[in-house]
Amino acid sequence: MASADLSVPAISSDLGVSPPAEPVSLAAASVVPAADRLQLIGITKRYHALVANDAISLSVAPGQIHAVLGENGAGKSTLMKIIYGAVRADAGEMLWNGRQVQVENPDVARRLGIGMVFQHFSLFETLTVVENIALVLGGRFDLAALAERVRKVSTQYGLSLDPLRRVHSLSVGERQRVEIVRCLLQDPQLLILDEPTSVLTPQAVQKLFQTLRQLAREGVSILYISHKLHEIQSLCDVATVIRAGRVTGHAIPREETPASLARMMIGRELPQCAVAPYLGVSRPLLEVNHLSLPAPDPFGTSLQDISLSVQAGEILGIAGISGNGQNELMAALSGELPCASEAVVLEGRAIGHLDPGARRDLGLGFVPEERLGRGAVPAMSLARNALLTAHRRGMVRLGLVNDGLAAAFARQVIARFGVKCSGEAAAARALSGGNLQKFIVGREMEQSPKVLLVSQPTWGVDVGAAAQLRQTLIDLSREGVAILVVSEELEELFEICDRIAVLAAGRLAAPQAKADCNAEQIGLRMAGPQAEAA
Amino acid sequence: MHLLEPRAEPSRTLQWAAPPLAILLMLLAGSLLFLVLGRNPVEAFRVFFIQPLESGYGWSELLLKAGPLILIAEGLAIGFRARIYNIGAEGQLIFGAICAGGVAIYAQGHEGHWTLPAMVLAGALGGLFWGAIPALLKTHFNAEETLTTLMLTYVANFLLSWLVHIPWRDPQGMNFPQSVMFSDAELFTPLFEGSRLNTSIGLAVVAVVVFQVLVRRSFLAYRLEVGGQAPTAARYAGFSQRATIWVSLCVSGMMAGLAGVGEVAGPIGQLNLNLSPGYGYAAIIVAYLGRLHPLGIVLSGLLMALLYLGGEAAQMTLQLPAAITGLFQGMLLFFLLGTDAFIDNRLRLPRRNA
Amino acid sequence: MIDHLTPVLVGTLGAATPLVLAGLGELITERSGVMNLGVEGMMLIGAIAGFATGVGTDGNMTLGLLAGAGAGVLAASLFAVLALSLAANQAACGLALTIFGVGLSAFIGQSYVSHSLPGLQPYDVPGLSSIPFIGPVLFHQDPVVYLAFGLYVLVAWVLARTRLGLLLRAVGESPEAAHAIGYPVLLIRWCATLTGGAFAGLAGAYLSTVYTPLWVQNMTAGRGWISVALVVFATWKPTRLLLGACLFGGVTILQFQAQGLGLDVPVELLASLPYMATILVLVLISRDRSLLLLNLPASLGRPFLPGR
Repeated sequence: MASADLSVPAISSDLGVSPPAEPVSLAAASVVPAADRLQLIGITKRYHALVANDAISLSVAPGQIHAVLGENGAGKSTLMKIIYGAVRADAGEMLWNGRQVQVENPDVARRLGIGMVFQHFSLFETLTVVENIALVLGGRFDLAALAERVRKVSTQYGLSLDPLRRVHSLSVGERQRVEIVRCLLQDPQLLILDEPTSVLTPQAVQKLFQTLRQLAREGVSILYISHKLHEIQSLCDVATVIRAGRVTGHAIPREETPASLARMMIGRELPQCAVAPYLGVSRPLLEVNHLSLPAPDPFGTSLQDISLSVQAGEILGIAGISGNGQNELMAALSGELPCASEAVVLEGRAIGHLDPGARRDLGLGFVPEERLGRGAVPAMSLARNALLTAHRRGMVRLGLVNDGLAAAFARQVIARFGVKCSGEAAAARALSGGNLQKFIVGREMEQSPKVLLVSQPTWGVDVGAAAQLRQTLIDLSREGVAILVVSEELEELFEICDRIAVLAAGRLAAPQAKADCNAEQIGLRMAGPQAEAA
Repeated sequence: MHLLEPRAEPSRTLQWAAPPLAILLMLLAGSLLFLVLGRNPVEAFRVFFIQPLESGYGWSELLLKAGPLILIAEGLAIGFRARIYNIGAEGQLIFGAICAGGVAIYAQGHEGHWTLPAMVLAGALGGLFWGAIPALLKTHFNAEETLTTLMLTYVANFLLSWLVHIPWRDPQGMNFPQSVMFSDAELFTPLFEGSRLNTSIGLAVVAVVVFQVLVRRSFLAYRLEVGGQAPTAARYAGFSQRATIWVSLCVSGMMAGLAGVGEVAGPIGQLNLNLSPGYGYAAIIVAYLGRLHPLGIVLSGLLMALLYLGGEAAQMTLQLPAAITGLFQGMLLFFLLGTDAFIDNRLRLPRRNA
Repeated sequence: MIDHLTPVLVGTLGAATPLVLAGLGELITERSGVMNLGVEGMMLIGAIAGFATGVGTDGNMTLGLLAGAGAGVLAASLFAVLALSLAANQAACGLALTIFGVGLSAFIGQSYVSHSLPGLQPYDVPGLSSIPFIGPVLFHQDPVVYLAFGLYVLVAWVLARTRLGLLLRAVGESPEAAHAIGYPVLLIRWCATLTGGAFAGLAGAYLSTVYTPLWVQNMTAGRGWISVALVVFATWKPTRLLLGACLFGGVTILQFQAQGLGLDVPVELLASLPYMATILVLVLISRDRSLLLLNLPASLGRPFLPGR
């Protein structure tokens, strides 16, 4: 895929030369060691044809907050897993405090003093906080004593935690605290955080940054993985930028602009969406009336008295942190969870009791957040996956499938939405996240829905595809379709939505026009009713 | 400990080569077994795999045994595609046979052209009913079908045992636990003079054609397959999970019931305690070995029938226990599952730089 | 009344013992996220290995029981190679193991059909066995019964109180997370599976060498499957497993008692009671989905291959 770039030689300045600027925080460290805390030289990792990491080099000084900046799929997570010993590099060296080391597995990494806070948490839901922490600590197995230590450390860093609670009852933010405290109890010299703020409210992000700065002052080095430019500018001392598996630049974020960082990250300007006004008649297409639903399983959230309406020609955004009822709300709207008949109304018709198929027949489209396994069957071809929801467009006669029609439909979606794949016979799992998302969105749109539900439209999608998907949704709404978008990314909602509502703990705050709300307020509401009152 | 790493693309070669490879491995392991038992492997293989097919009668016996195996496996494969594991086809076969046998016993004395079709219907419905019980238990009470179908097999066996011991015992049967012999109108007609092969093989032929169309072309089969491969995608698409469970278990139960009719109204000709030499279990292997594919199942059904014949021949000629068939069946499934693993994965090679 | 009850209760513990052993083994295996449906096969292999060893050593019961456990481990390792190292479908592998076990035990057992073994004499626990009623029930049993109940205590303690138990539960819930923090998931699952095999093999050997010390083809008669069902019934908790096993032991014994009393009930109906009871308890426990979800090892039956 990167065949055109193969001739580019390795840039010698990348090789282990630490950034020139002396980090401010280093002054506070008690001892100034001679060597960098961590130095990577020429780390390379291939997965079959894909080169995830191509001769990556970087160094991190003690007490430095070092950003690794890159968009989805650039190879950041692979690099971090290599440092942490969860993945082995094909080539390259790693120096730890000036000494060459082989990190065979995470246990070795932990003993060196490397801690990692995972993007998708590595916690066990049915175990308590202290049990989770005990699993990574050696020494005597004494849960009571450990619980005491957890309480002490969590207070010291402002990360309040109840050690005896089971993880499944914790909010996403609390779970992240468990991960951080778990690292801190091992006296780390380097802490790796992989996209830590995607699950936090803006206020919680500020609190996290305070904790990280405190740690840096105490001499802990921090590797901070993110694609959010403003966060990196406010937190990090230096940044290494990665694109398509290669280092494309080193920078001091405070001296750059978001535009210049974006250029390094994606090779061009950040694409902007064009939002046109809606010129048609506004009328409610989807209405939700006092929808209440008990949690479908013990780890779920119950919905409480949710009411909203989405008009033709508008996009309504639902903001909130995952796990606050988003899945349950979307399942209730799509029909996967049946509810009271009058609770969901499509074009004046009560549909709450109907199953997803019957709702689709009436013009309801749905793009779920999980693409593989829900929006598409991984091992089936795109043509077979077209059949999944588009079978109602004449592809089935007398119970028999017309494969030709299904294939033609898939080809049409591929062509219209620029899905990069080997053709309609390609298996869904062979597509990249962005291309599969384009296919699923395209499949739903080609069926001319009146209402489209979209959950996390650009999760894990690269910047170019994300911009295309957002523009597609805006354009579709302007054709008179009512669109409901659930997203964790506030920036995304502000970019594409006309109105925004916040879902917290299964309750929905009344939607507000985009012009009337700001990130600060929405962040407060995301934290839930208690936080808002405080 | 980790022997595998994922392939970028599933191997198309292995997709069809895995079953022959598994058979080859079974033969290799079989040779070792024969050597250990002090038999000449070449001679043993001749007895096991060639000798049964040296006569026309042998071939007719092969088809006779392949018939029920294919019938059951076609039904099971539908369920397995949907990941509904009916492992109690043996019980459904027995219950279907009981129902068909009941019709035959009560019809004695006034049987006619209607009797055999009525037996077939009763057997099919009986098998369907015995498969519907676990379907009900799963849809309404969430009870695992693997365990309930199997437990019901034991129950069906005890029911059969009671029937042939007490109410349906042949009064002239010298106290043996068996029913009266069925009359000609209650039996499938033999196809050839001196052979046990009969018209019930037609049921298997029809089944193969019907299932071929069903699996290759029908939307029903597509829905079942989505339900098996990605249950959340099925829910997202609005394909009913309950319907999947009911269809899978009822269809496979019905097919097993039909196989039961074929046995009691065929080579056995009465109800007794030896209705099936484990066809219901062997058909599980037949279904997997045939790639859950309606035509593949025909081939694997023939092979499995040969294993049964070979076991009988080995008992007579080599004085080995007939249970050797079960041993070969188990090994075959082991090797098949083992070779299947390499469709999506490949062997992990030792690292060059450690 | 008590005179009638005592033999029933004494028999109950004996009948429960193979279920306790095989059930505990499967519980350990399933707690690590591995569903081994081959318990019936492993029990049969253990049974014939134990019986053959017993016959071959002129009735050395200890060796017979050990051989049973060892054979169970070997059988489980066949399953582990396929279902763990090769990540094959666990349900199919378990089934294959059962089919193989039925075939192998029948094949080897053919030459042992007329043999029998002396069995084990009950051992009176000094002092305790003379307590009225309780003594003969609890403390006048054969040594394997004591062993089974000792193993129950051990397993319950390990699961609830030790790092090993915590690790087993963690791997069963999320092998991905356990791998991410650096635990050898496959090794742990292998160990759990082999332990399950040892327990099942011992259970089978107990049946063939002590409980009914003569060889009958398919002598486990579905006890392996009932053990699997018991683990579900127990919601993966050792104490509930123990109670469930005793309940089933009781049903089995009552069936013999009823036959002995000459009740006018078909023998077959009585004999099918344990199987129908299995269905009944499965239905009763499974209908409460959230109860199962809260206790079920979340990765149960899902193969794990480290890699991407």
